[in-house]
Amino acid sequence: MIDPIILLFLSSGLFLGWALGANDAANVFGTAVGTKMVSWRNAAIICSIFVVLGAVISGAGTSQTLGKLGAITALPGAFMTALSAGFSVFVMTKSGLPVSTSQAIVGAIIGWNVFSNQATDTSTLTKILSTWIICPLLAAVIAIVLLKLSKYFGRRLKISLIRSDAYKRIALIFAGALGAYSLGANNIANVIGVFIPVQPLAELTIGSIIFSSTQQLFLLGGLAIALGVCTYSKKVMMTVGSDLGQLSSTSALIAVISHSIVLFLFASQGLEALLLKYGLPTIPLVPVSSSQAVVGAIFGISILQGITAVKWHVLGKIIAGWIVTPVVAALVCFIGLFFLQNVFGLIVV
Amino acid sequence: MFENFSLFKRTSELESKIDQFFDKLAEASVIYRLAVRGYLREGASEEFKERLDTVGELETQADNLRRDIEQKLYKNILIPDSRGDVLGLIETADDVLTMFQSSLWAFYIEKPVIHDQFTSGYKRLTNMVIKAVDELALSCRAFFRNPHAVPSHNAKVTLYEKEADKVSSDLKVQIFESKIKLVEKLHLRDFVNGIDGIADHAEDVADRLSIYAIKRLT
Repeated sequence: MIDPIILLFLSSGLFLGWALGANDAANVFGTAVGTKMVSWRNAAIICSIFVVLGAVISGAGTSQTLGKLGAITALPGAFMTALSAGFSVFVMTKSGLPVSTSQAIVGAIIGWNVFSNQATDTSTLTKILSTWIICPLLAAVIAIVLLKLSKYFGRRLKISLIRSDAYKRIALIFAGALGAYSLGANNIANVIGVFIPVQPLAELTIGSIIFSSTQQLFLLGGLAIALGVCTYSKKVMMTVGSDLGQLSSTSALIAVISHSIVLFLFASQGLEALLLKYGLPTIPLVPVSSSQAVVGAIFGISILQGITAVKWHVLGKIIAGWIVTPVVAALVCFIGLFFLQNVFGLIVV
Repeated sequence: MFENFSLFKRTSELESKIDQFFDKLAEASVIYRLAVRGYLREGASEEFKERLDTVGELETQADNLRRDIEQKLYKNILIPDSRGDVLGLIETADDVLTMFQSSLWAFYIEKPVIHDQFTSGYKRLTNMVIKAVDELALSCRAFFRNPHAVPSHNAKVTLYEKEADKVSSDLKVQIFESKIKLVEKLHLRDFVNGIDGIADHAEDVADRLSIYAIKRLT
């Protein structure tokens, strides 16, 4: 049984997980549900299962990177770090600014580093910052390649309109499952990453299997994301679906696949090991923004379709988000830690 | 998730219904040609009436298929991107069948007297109209399987329609330059317009189809 005090401290992370599930599931299944190609019920079931699997099986990579950025050693400190990230996400969402949980949590960790006089690992920070730019660009490139391939094969295979609809539905489910797995694997670090160094949970033994604190945290975080998917993602999915509605179903499918591949690339320890084995440069395991991956993919598709009018204000907002989100989260975290330490007398460092 | 197990079954059923619909269009086109040629040879004979009834049956079957397709598309939420286009296409193509039937009914009821000097003109006109409709049926099928082929089929529809217009104009000139009574001239002219109108409609459907195909290709 988890100590209620520990659960209280974990609640900020679990809230972040819930918000992540509620919002980012739409990047995975929004198009499919919005266009009625997949029912919301099926999308929620598949998304919940695969997000938990992704978090538990492949969540370690990105969590280790966040740990290198700042190893928070006290539970109240981890609580405030996650809470300030969640608060920043909430405030910026209310202000209508596109916001990424990944960017908020990085800002909050830096806020903790500043408060605790710990040096921020600049090489890790540079690695993380570069992925924020690479993520949408890579999604755009993957989308362009996939769209080219789909046009090439579409022309040669001559699949009937009706049959291709059926294939697209199946593909949307597989892409959604991969997307949910990748989302769990990549973004679980945002949810419980800051709690891992604290090791708040005791080992749990069921039969002959021992679950470490980290494994339990991954499971709890995954379940929090799944709860967000099941309780609040429907409305967001419908909105994203209609926002992307101007895309053809093929383009929408490609956007989802590109997003899923990018998130997977930035989370897969298996791929990292494979690249290392062959002496190739590795892809950093960093939590990236699911929303920005989708936007990047749509940019790629738009470019290929000859849409010259790039929506600069959308691009501007994303770039502003890269700067504003972590700065706001760092400030909120710093102030919050100050109050927690000096007003409530809690050990945060 | 579980409905996907039956998805391919529903897809195959719908594909089959659409194929059957265009089969009816192609069949009606052949029967229409035989019926008009038969009328030119021996008037409103028993055989002509049988062919008229066959076209009527084909039209009814096509109507039922159209309703089935509409229901399947909306009930099972299939091809949400293109179902409006598909329904538009099926409905306008269905009008071609209705026009075949109306034209044959007009022959049967009004029994126009077509003098020998005009029969070759009516035959040529009917041939052009049937070629336009046959090419349209091919274009419609291509829309579902290979939209890249639609423009070349549609170009042929336009070509046959233009040729039908030319033949109908020549035939009308021939009719009005002849020595028959004015009332007969006007009657024969109406039949020329009735037959030629089918090719005009086929071209309208082809024009719609061009837009639908462009939408599919982008």
